[in-house]
Amino acid sequence: MQAGRGVLIVGEASNGGLGPTTAELLAAGRALLRDLEGELTVGLVGHNLAMAAETAIQAGADRVYTVDDALLQDLPADLCLSALAELYQTVTPEVILIARTAWGREVAPRLAGRLGVGLLQDCLEVGIEADSGRLTALRPVCGGNFLARVRCTGSPQMAALRPQTYAPLTPEPGRRGEVVAVPVALDASQVRARVVRRVRHEHSGVSLTEARVVISGGRGLGGPEPFRDLEELAGTLGAAVGASRAAVDAGWVPGYWQIGLTGATIAPELYITVGISGASQHMAGCSGAKVIVAINTDAEAPIFREARYGVVADWQAVLPAFMEAVRSL
Amino acid sequence: MALHVIVTAKQVIDPDMPLSAMRIGDDARQVVTPAALPPVVNGFDEVAVEAALRLKDGHGAKVTVVSVGGQFNLEIIKKPLAMGADALVLCQDAAFPDLSDSMVTARLLTAAVRKIGAFDLLLCGRQASDWDNAQVPLLLAEMLDIPCIPLAQKVEVEQDRVVVEQLVADGYDVVDAALPALVTVSNELGAPRYPNMRNLMAAKRKRPVVWTRADLSLDAAALSACVEVVELLLPQRSQACEFIAAEDGAAAGEKLAATLHEAGLI
Repeated sequence: MQAGRGVLIVGEASNGGLGPTTAELLAAGRALLRDLEGELTVGLVGHNLAMAAETAIQAGADRVYTVDDALLQDLPADLCLSALAELYQTVTPEVILIARTAWGREVAPRLAGRLGVGLLQDCLEVGIEADSGRLTALRPVCGGNFLARVRCTGSPQMAALRPQTYAPLTPEPGRRGEVVAVPVALDASQVRARVVRRVRHEHSGVSLTEARVVISGGRGLGGPEPFRDLEELAGTLGAAVGASRAAVDAGWVPGYWQIGLTGATIAPELYITVGISGASQHMAGCSGAKVIVAINTDAEAPIFREARYGVVADWQAVLPAFMEAVRSL
Repeated sequence: MALHVIVTAKQVIDPDMPLSAMRIGDDARQVVTPAALPPVVNGFDEVAVEAALRLKDGHGAKVTVVSVGGQFNLEIIKKPLAMGADALVLCQDAAFPDLSDSMVTARLLTAAVRKIGAFDLLLCGRQASDWDNAQVPLLLAEMLDIPCIPLAQKVEVEQDRVVVEQLVADGYDVVDAALPALVTVSNELGAPRYPNMRNLMAAKRKRPVVWTRADLSLDAAALSACVEVVELLLPQRSQACEFIAAEDGAAAGEKLAATLHEAGLI
């Protein structure tokens, strides 16, 4: 494939606005353009994209390409891929960045497959290598025990970035840029994996990925009941409650509570872990947390390598006193 | 005719291996583990085998497991047979790279699946615990040009369609596709079964089918990587933990609250 120009951000629109990860990717893309020629563009696929496109310009895009179609309303991957492949042909960027969100996890590899190029996965940091001029990235391996520096061999060069690793640029309300509608003939029969029903869990309280404070429990809690205490504490602190995979696999809490490599990625101001050893697979989901507090009986637990504050004691003794003290603050 | 389910499985470094046992190799591009600590079948792939065996239990199905690699520990990679799978295909050749490149791995698996022949359903673990790319299955679906449903917590076959409960952030979608299709399976499906004595004995007698690069008719271009590993590094850990010292747990809890309050965190 021929070399292209500039950086294309595969953006995500949600609820009529721009998804938070797109602004993060724009910050990453802008930094790459210090060492690459061309424009910073955003490609958006979906329906009713005008507001998202405008926000993308303010967040740093030079130009936004949209594929706007009612069939794309719920972002079916099969149709999004047709739209994105077409969008690629219009823009012909040298670098494509995409966020490793739920949608990106499916779309990025399949798009790389269609374009016949490699994809740097789960990147924490991207850059242009000085001597080769090629896109390189740092990414975790073996559940985060190691980091790998990886590089694409072909063109375009693609990278999927872990959400919440780049801080968005400050939006500029007066910023101007062109929005270009790309016509793509989509057809409902291209949807091969068809959603027949959507089942959503009722959840009260704060969303895990947006909470300022998150409290999580793990294997050390020994059963489902202690999670009620965590919920009560969360209520006092205005926090969300999460869990490690061990607690989910034991059936103590539902799967969507899970934080980690195969669960939610969180980046709260404060992350309090109770009875979590801190396996690297868990830490992969909370590396963006500003301050980690660990309560664990094992002083050698890896969680203490990442924690800012640690309590080496049985949570059953610590938690009631902690909760009492928090209530009286 | 009975359902034919193909499951992909990868031999990986045991994810529970302590960090102290692993080191970065001399070429700085591979993680090296002591020979005494054997690899395992990727845990998510075992869950995919479980999903296939549940279909076999329910409908009757032939379950073929396929793996690719430079070198296998036969005792380990035969585990899916011991769980109850019917056949094992190992694509093994010293020329096969270390499988850190998803595109190459997907090309190898595509060639293998085509050589295996007709199938109804292709099940894969959602990701492998070494590189966690979650990429090979999706590339495989693209290369085979079949419907793709990632992240299943339940997989059922109804006549000529697969019906999947697909995990999403706050629940699940029920998704349906025509067979043949590819589904990736997540741990929420449930724990993989332990081998029973009968299957263990049967597995001992079964020999895997072994295919080399020549059997798969792969040229050098198919094996050229799309992603290069430049180097492996140890992550920097800068944050020093401040341990809350107190006479007992309750006092520590109280002190923790005060410390976090003083730091403006709560």
